Amino acid sequence: MSAGRAQAFWLRNLTAKIAAIPMILTSLVIFIGCSIWTVVYSFTSSRSLPVTDFVGFRQYERLFGAHRWSLAVENIAIYGVLTLVFALTVGFILAALLDQKIRFESIFRTIFLYPYAMSFIVTGVVWQWMFNPGLGIQHFVRQLGFENFTFDLISNRNTVIYAIAIAGIWQITGFAMVLMLAGLRAVDDQIWKASRVDGIPAWKTYVMIIIPMMRGVFVTSLVIIAAGIVKLYDLVVAMTNGGPGFASDVPAMYVYNWLFERANLGHAMAASTMMLLTVLIIMVPWFYMEYGRKNKN
Amino acid sequence: MNSIEIRDLVLRFGKTTVLQDLDLDIEQGEFLVLLGSSGCGKSTLLNCIAGLLEVSEGQIFINGRNVTWEEPKDRGIGMVFQSYALYPQMTVKGNLSFGLKNAGASKEEIEKRIKNASQMLQIENLLQRKPAELSGGQRQRVAIGRALVRDADVFLFDEPLSNLDAKLRTELRVELKQLHKRLQNTMIYVTHDQIEAMTLADRIAIMKNGFIQQLDSPATIYNRPKNKFVAGFIGSPAMNFLEGTLDCTGEPHFVVGEAKIPLAGYEFSQNLEGKTQSSFGIRPEHIVYGEEAQKAPFNAKVTVDVFEPMGSDTQVWAHVEGQNFRFRIDGRDKIANGDEMLIGFDPACASIFHGETEERI
Amino acid sequence: MKNEPKGPRPRKAFSPGRIMLYSILVVAAIYYALPLYIMIVTSLKGMPEIRMGNIFAPPVEVTFAPWVKAWDSACTGLYCEGLKVGFWNSVKITVPSVIVSIAVASVNGYALVNWKFKGSEFFFAVLIFGSFIPYQVMLYPLVIITRELGIFGSLWAVIFVHTIFGMPLLTLIFRNYFAALPEELFKAARVDGAGFWGIYWKVLVPMATPIFVVAVILQVTGIWNDFLFGIVFAGQPNFPMTVQLNNIVNTTQGIKEYNVNMAATMLTAMVPLVIYFVSGRFFVRGIAAGAVKG
Repeated sequence: MSAGRAQAFWLRNLTAKIAAIPMILTSLVIFIGCSIWTVVYSFTSSRSLPVTDFVGFRQYERLFGAHRWSLAVENIAIYGVLTLVFALTVGFILAALLDQKIRFESIFRTIFLYPYAMSFIVTGVVWQWMFNPGLGIQHFVRQLGFENFTFDLISNRNTVIYAIAIAGIWQITGFAMVLMLAGLRAVDDQIWKASRVDGIPAWKTYVMIIIPMMRGVFVTSLVIIAAGIVKLYDLVVAMTNGGPGFASDVPAMYVYNWLFERANLGHAMAASTMMLLTVLIIMVPWFYMEYGRKNKN
Repeated sequence: MNSIEIRDLVLRFGKTTVLQDLDLDIEQGEFLVLLGSSGCGKSTLLNCIAGLLEVSEGQIFINGRNVTWEEPKDRGIGMVFQSYALYPQMTVKGNLSFGLKNAGASKEEIEKRIKNASQMLQIENLLQRKPAELSGGQRQRVAIGRALVRDADVFLFDEPLSNLDAKLRTELRVELKQLHKRLQNTMIYVTHDQIEAMTLADRIAIMKNGFIQQLDSPATIYNRPKNKFVAGFIGSPAMNFLEGTLDCTGEPHFVVGEAKIPLAGYEFSQNLEGKTQSSFGIRPEHIVYGEEAQKAPFNAKVTVDVFEPMGSDTQVWAHVEGQNFRFRIDGRDKIANGDEMLIGFDPACASIFHGETEERI
Repeated sequence: MKNEPKGPRPRKAFSPGRIMLYSILVVAAIYYALPLYIMIVTSLKGMPEIRMGNIFAPPVEVTFAPWVKAWDSACTGLYCEGLKVGFWNSVKITVPSVIVSIAVASVNGYALVNWKFKGSEFFFAVLIFGSFIPYQVMLYPLVIITRELGIFGSLWAVIFVHTIFGMPLLTLIFRNYFAALPEELFKAARVDGAGFWGIYWKVLVPMATPIFVVAVILQVTGIWNDFLFGIVFAGQPNFPMTVQLNNIVNTTQGIKEYNVNMAATMLTAMVPLVIYFVSGRFFVRGIAAGAVKG
């Protein structure tokens, strides 16, 4: 009797389990399985086809010895720091300005956010055109009479990553702004009233009370934007294709290059394992914090 | 001199008028409660007094000074909010001192005031804690403390106890009363809870649709409600209303169906002649039954429809002349559905309201 | 008593603070709008005008020739068929991907909220965590999987990959939405004898229209804008618009026609931009919904 009941119960939930198969397969086979596969094959000498010829850390040694890889890492670090700092601060400032009961708020918000609706390829192509030294912004300013003005970030090896960062920040700021605005709107109205009765100036209320209250929003925005930064690929392809030379290479492009163009799987897997490691370092503490906090409540 | 004077106050949000031609005088040291259901304008009025909302028309005086255009911080007020509105990232001490520091008070002065306030509210041992580490009652004490340290002339409370559970609410209510006794400051207190209003107030202002319906002492409001709304709003269970005709042709009496209620002891507020369509209001707790009912100036036989035992007493639902009628009997008396009972009351403690204007007669 | 303060505080129409506020916002708005403006004006100029003038100048002679060329005959390497090929490829990729990914994810969210089974929360946690793993880590194994399934280099492979990578975010927003619905609704339907699919179709789907709209907007813009999966999995004949745009703009052969490039860029950005401008509120809601993890 009880066995029969247990079976009926099992069967009754069976539809749900069958329906959840895509999710189960995706999480186990793709997210866990493929990641492990990649880590495992990073220790092999696989070239155009995966082989199980284990060579220890040799791929990693080569990776850390490669000038192009260290350039890619340096680039993503510069891009990442700039993007995070500017997207979060400018995003917050814009959100705070929009939160002052202004007219045309939705028009401003629409303008700040539309870049986020476009493809990185589109963004890259437009900014490439604006940075064009011969016909773009530099050309325009020189026409105004400033003959020696130079604004040629994109074709200079040392500055090309800043050109990409400007485009990337332009695209992502609206996203940060929307999250910040939602955070600001979630602040209890009575906190503002209390601070007015206390006679605290608005800017001081933001700095001393509101921003500390919004720590969670900042952390969430930071994690989401940071995870996007690690994936940076399309924008570079469209703007510079990694050039001049390899001056604007980034890890995602490096991996792609070694996977599909140079047919050196082992080396590409080592590089992507490093990317995975970076994400884990960012994510695990946050995930633990979020999940741990939820369990406590 | 009045502590607070409000003259011809009007407040509009766009096209909707929230407060209409409102006048209010509050004496020095008075505890005034603004009572009403949500949307009646009571919190709006408080926010206007605080300066958190800008008035559309009219004037506000605090201690004789016209503060209509002043910032909240310059009005000499302290305010306590429903959600406590403590600054979550600061300690209790930080919360108490933030406004003072900002106003440029000296260190000794700040310490002194914090010491005073925290002693008075018994939160000395909590000074180093963050709001998240406090219970609801403790948080509200800190919020009151934040108003106290401002050394204000007037304290404004915006439903300060609504977020607390019933037991704490009762405790803090008593503490607030003691606090008022000690400080003797003017206090304005917004609530939708009539028990809070009755127990705390020197005077209650009952509000509806942006108007003050009645402004009187709790006893007057309870015993002599000015109109039918106030009568129905105050008191739980609510007042019984019998619809009928007031007949002043001879000895004044109230006719409901077959029954005639003599109004010998009733104190009339208006001089009426002839017959008037009106409502006769009598509170359930003023109904007597059994032997006492026989001695009452008016009595009637009713049948018990439903009864609800509440422990100390039992609420009985019945009909008088086909109209719903409630009363309370002692919780120890046995009763069953369908029982016949004799009930009675003294019309002297009733209230009669005009059928059209709903004003007290 | 005449000059006693009365009524609202008199205010200058524009206080210095407000002027500052609006100035900053207007400057920022100009900065953010500028690239779109440049795209449009450049695409409407002839090449001589581009060489003679500056990029900010509005076109003296408006010409739609670059748009026609971008759509119909711009060259990507050897082929000169214009962006129209990519446009239709993108449509062929986006429509089924959006339908399949939303169907799968909404059922996931439903199962996670109302039919919890042992381990369901674990799979969900992995899913959310997985959304942060760089695609490059899973790219090659996915190539192998799609090759084994016999779909690599076809539309099916791209649809497959979009369904997988759309799953975490979509499942999250459906789960949160369904979790916010009153549980009694689900219980009442079960008491009435409805099963898994009955409740899904008859109770939840009709109530979830807004979140389906949000999901459609998120997915259409996301998939339309994708580049990486298109170039890796779709195969040459199926390249989506973004890949084709990149090939047109960054082709090394011939002289650069900036006006055609910008017209092509506008054409590629058109679909997501129209969706964004028409459905702004839902777009914003999608962003907010995706940011509330857990």
